[in-house]
Amino acid sequence: MQSIPRSEFYAGVKATLPLIVGAIPFGIIFGTLAETSGLSAWGAMAMSVFVYAGSSQFIALGLLAAGAALPIIILTTFVVNLRHLLYAANLVPKTGHLPLRWRVMMAFGLTDETFAAVSNRFLRESSHSTAHWFYLGSFLAMYGNWILCTFIGIVLGGLFPDMTDWGLDFAMSVTFIGMVVPYLTNRPMWGAVLVAGAMAVATAFMPHKLGLIVAALCGIAVGLSLSLRQSQRTKTLQEAE
Amino acid sequence: MQEVYLILGMFLVTFGVRFVLFAVAGRAHFPVWLNHALGFVPPAVLTAIIVPAVLMPEGEIWFSWRNPWLLAGACAFVIALVRKDLMTTIVAGMFIFMLLRFVVGL
Repeated sequence: MQSIPRSEFYAGVKATLPLIVGAIPFGIIFGTLAETSGLSAWGAMAMSVFVYAGSSQFIALGLLAAGAALPIIILTTFVVNLRHLLYAANLVPKTGHLPLRWRVMMAFGLTDETFAAVSNRFLRESSHSTAHWFYLGSFLAMYGNWILCTFIGIVLGGLFPDMTDWGLDFAMSVTFIGMVVPYLTNRPMWGAVLVAGAMAVATAFMPHKLGLIVAALCGIAVGLSLSLRQSQRTKTLQEAE
Repeated sequence: MQEVYLILGMFLVTFGVRFVLFAVAGRAHFPVWLNHALGFVPPAVLTAIIVPAVLMPEGEIWFSWRNPWLLAGACAFVIALVRKDLMTTIVAGMFIFMLLRFVVGL
């Protein structure tokens, strides 16, 4: 590894560490809950290794425990993961030049956390040429932690049933807050964020995290229309001069 | 055997959704307005995750200064606006949250 890819790789790992802290309880709880929900230890491990999608895995456990049919679980997984289309659409223009094997890695490793870390990297640094190493670092740190935590959860079983009370879930919220604030440099961004946040609460009743997609789309629509109005106004002003 | 099909199915739909746009990368050209709209994706999605997490940490809307998630989240937001440094925001935010929950006992 040359030194620039290496430092990008470690920067990716480092940027993802606080998000990993937030994911630890979820990985452990997933492993702990698997057996009682009717998924074998091997099944739980295989799910973390091959599916690698936290919220879908939890919902699958819930549906398994409720005795849902296999197609229902798979369809639900599909719906829950639709937000990844938005992520991929955002990343694709910056990754089109990469060979297919890199894009396969990026697609497999696309999680809320890695997307957050990588888009923050794009916000801070405009150079894209070595950003895929940053992505790899973020992905491997997140993936390794997820598998390890699932394993720990399975092994420890019910030793720590009160992990949820430790408050480590707040680590994800606080990290995301720190990542959103640098975007808030103009009115369209403020509009997008305020609407997305309000709509997320208003649509929280929707099943399968659908509200998340609805809220994000509303925020994006408001941000886009505000910025179009703004650029139109500056155009009219320029024409008036 | 049922589990093998379950995991295979979940893998296919998860990876499929994540990969479809990466697969056509380079050949897909988005119109200008769409490229513009995609710039709003990270802050919009992240905010849509954060707000319910701090405003309804236990499933119901809990709009009160006694809600440690909301209070610490608001503090972290102000810190991020003032300091503009991610690590400071995370460390200070977690510290305030732990303080509120386990020392103040909210």
